[in-house]
Amino acid sequence: MLDAKIPAGPLDDKWVDYKGHCKLVNPANKRKLEVIIVGTGLAGASAAASLGELGYKVKAFCFQDSPRRAHSIAAQGGINAAKNYQNDGDSVFRLFYDTIKGGDYRARESNVHRLAEVSANIIDQCVAQGVPFAREYGGLLSNRSFGGTQVQRTFYAAGQTGQQLLIGAYQALERQVALGNVKMYSRHEMLEVVKIDGKARGIIARDLVNGTLERHFGHAVLLCTGGYGNVFYLSTNAMGSNVTAAWKAHKKGAAFANPCFTQIHPTCIPVSGDHQSKLTLMSESLRNDGRIWVPKAQGDNRKASEIPEEERDYYLERRYPAFGNLVPRDVASRAAKERCDEGYGVGTSKQAVYLDFSAAIIRYGKIEAGKEGRDDVAEAEIITMGKEVVKEKYGNLFDMYEKITGENPYEVPMRIYPAVHYTMGGLWVDYELQTNVPGLYCLGEANVSDHGANRLGASALMQGLADGYFVIPYTLGNSLADEIYAKAIETTHPAFEAAEKEVSDRINKLMSIKGNQTVESFHKRLGKIIWEKCGMARNEKGLKEAIAEVQALKKEFWSDVKIPGEINEMNPELDKANRVADFIELGELMCIDALNRNESCGGHFREEYQTPDGEALRDDANYMYVAAWEYKGESNWELNKEPLVYDVIKPTQRNYK
Amino acid sequence: MEHYHMNLNLKVWRQKNCKTKGEFKLYRVENISSEMSFLEMFDVLNEQLIRDGDDPITFDHDCREGICGACSMYINGKPHGPWQANTTCQLHMRAFKDGDTVVVEPWRADAFPVIKDLMVDRSAFDRIIQAGGYISVNTGNAVDGNSLPIPKDDADASFAAAMCIGCGACVAACKNSSAMLFLSAKVSHLALLPQGNPERKSRVMNMVAQMDKEGFGACTNTGACEATCPKEISLSNIARLNQEYLMAGLTEK
Repeated sequence: MLDAKIPAGPLDDKWVDYKGHCKLVNPANKRKLEVIIVGTGLAGASAAASLGELGYKVKAFCFQDSPRRAHSIAAQGGINAAKNYQNDGDSVFRLFYDTIKGGDYRARESNVHRLAEVSANIIDQCVAQGVPFAREYGGLLSNRSFGGTQVQRTFYAAGQTGQQLLIGAYQALERQVALGNVKMYSRHEMLEVVKIDGKARGIIARDLVNGTLERHFGHAVLLCTGGYGNVFYLSTNAMGSNVTAAWKAHKKGAAFANPCFTQIHPTCIPVSGDHQSKLTLMSESLRNDGRIWVPKAQGDNRKASEIPEEERDYYLERRYPAFGNLVPRDVASRAAKERCDEGYGVGTSKQAVYLDFSAAIIRYGKIEAGKEGRDDVAEAEIITMGKEVVKEKYGNLFDMYEKITGENPYEVPMRIYPAVHYTMGGLWVDYELQTNVPGLYCLGEANVSDHGANRLGASALMQGLADGYFVIPYTLGNSLADEIYAKAIETTHPAFEAAEKEVSDRINKLMSIKGNQTVESFHKRLGKIIWEKCGMARNEKGLKEAIAEVQALKKEFWSDVKIPGEINEMNPELDKANRVADFIELGELMCIDALNRNESCGGHFREEYQTPDGEALRDDANYMYVAAWEYKGESNWELNKEPLVYDVIKPTQRNYK
Repeated sequence: MEHYHMNLNLKVWRQKNCKTKGEFKLYRVENISSEMSFLEMFDVLNEQLIRDGDDPITFDHDCREGICGACSMYINGKPHGPWQANTTCQLHMRAFKDGDTVVVEPWRADAFPVIKDLMVDRSAFDRIIQAGGYISVNTGNAVDGNSLPIPKDDADASFAAAMCIGCGACVAACKNSSAMLFLSAKVSHLALLPQGNPERKSRVMNMVAQMDKEGFGACTNTGACEATCPKEISLSNIARLNQEYLMAGLTEK
């Protein structure tokens, strides 16, 4: 049975009480305790820096050539915090409430409330580190609005907020490396968890440059390895983003929770052809000023500029007047899919909708003219002035769009379509961010905790940094306080030996297949199955088919994959094969989870369960739980349920109308 | 935008590891769509090589949206290829036409040894940051973010420098393999903010010393770095770096 270890007491006091009573480790003992951190994105880098500062002996691992490349860097829009600098009614409670509601009531109240509580500290910490957030002329921090909320609580640095936050955490991490508190292992991939007497005590890592397997001991192991969106092959994730570390932990006993909760982001650049290797997001912040529309007539092949205003369907504004273009991501994505499926899509593929800035350009142009006290400005000049304002706000995103598509979005509307972006599921963790394997923790996107069935925009950066800067420094100490007598275990211990052998056997097996099909071709086929049958909309029949197809694909992979090169050299194809093998297994579990959940909620939309007007239909009586799957052998999982108890918020049907 | 297909001849640098000698090899790719990215064209080539039983070409890449700084190809004599303010991953094949020959090399600099083919070791950049590219503030020490107003122009200028993605194109473009643009971007990012003031002098001294130790060359102000930088980091940052360095040197205790 899973124990979430939620502290007793009123919601507002839980975290304060926890911090006041958790066990502490004195500085002399911290020096003796070793912590392994896998992944150095926002969660991993902030945890490594903070734990290094506290005096723990930290080893940090990343597969990239530098921690600064982790995919947190690509987050664009911003980071939420309940600062209420705008005086528009924001508070810890509202951020908490919006996050729970946005997640369609499938997240744990206590964790989300803590997230909202520490959100303000994150902004302060980042400012102190020198993160150059956007500012107003008075020198104070600027905010903007984001989907699923009615206040302006999003802090940002143009369209590169993730980059700036990650560089801040990276610099803090490198400072600890220089001070000798953190040892950094770049171009290393974790391939196994080492368990001794039921506790996580280390990892097997592979040096990707020369293929050597290494054994590393830790009193605790923290996985901060990001999401598994690349199971779909095409996603906004980086090419290297993978589930392997989390999956190895899963196969060693850590429960994997809610894997079917994946987020399809509504505003991405559409697929251009079979060659496509990844998809690019256009920040949700664009929905602040862009209006989404399709033609009112099906199969309308005219250019956007030739379609008059009255023949355009601004379908989000029509369906959801209260939130309009700023509805949450799952709602916006499904609405786009619905229009395209009905034959209203635009562009050559017809799998796209318009995101149009012409109204915003004119609105901003008029404001600029107004500032100068001029009311006789010609439209052409208004447009020029408006474009300048839009450029200031979103310039880098517009440039990126033009590089990819060859079209100028200042002149013609962007074409966008939903794409896989984030995964709310992940390793099950308790209030302390510990998995059900003692000593094994999971932070950031890799864990399941805070976003329920759908994450709101600008909340991923918040969660990654909350976990790393402000949660784990307390919760880790609470259990390491009991480890101060535990000496470091030699890596000659039989458990290390066995784990290393498992890894090398698997690598040898992969290399010995010498089949005919490339790793990439398997990954593409897996992605197609999952996207079509476990993507934006799912149904029982499709999911059952998908399970059989994935099982067959797995068999084919292990008998016909072709991996060139040698083991003991830089071999990206071998690295990829290891990852794709794990994605295939995860793909099966995702479909099983989606099939089990006979309801629609957030990003999980089962076609059988919808309201007459096409909205998600939850089943709180039967499915108000976290589905935590325990691995029981090949294609065999046992379902554990963590019931979700709402003491403070009363779940209702989400309404953005 | 008209789309078209093309056949290309590729001349690609192949090198097994840092200990062996490398050489150019010729490849041909056919029916490449103008809508592909440059790296997607390499994906096509690699799939072809694997099917033919050859060793695919190794190169660094990750986000493929121009922000992580991993990709690093020297294309037709220019880091990241012919487009201005662009990374290799965002270069698209409409930059080329049918029948073109494209020459692809790794970054070349003593401080960036080749790992394999087009992949180089840029850990020298991490060590330069370790020497002082940060503000020393432990978690939990911060005051309210609005307690220290920062003029918008300063914040914007700091941000413009902080946009550096650490790809190393500036080093690859420089005839001296100097890392001055990279270093100056970090020094400027932090020196332009009041939070960066307490460590201003030691930061610049230590980072410059580390840069020299890593084997990067001197700066002779040719501006090749600025011209090739995918994030258009300005050469004026180098002027600021020199000023910071001089000030720190003159007032050193």
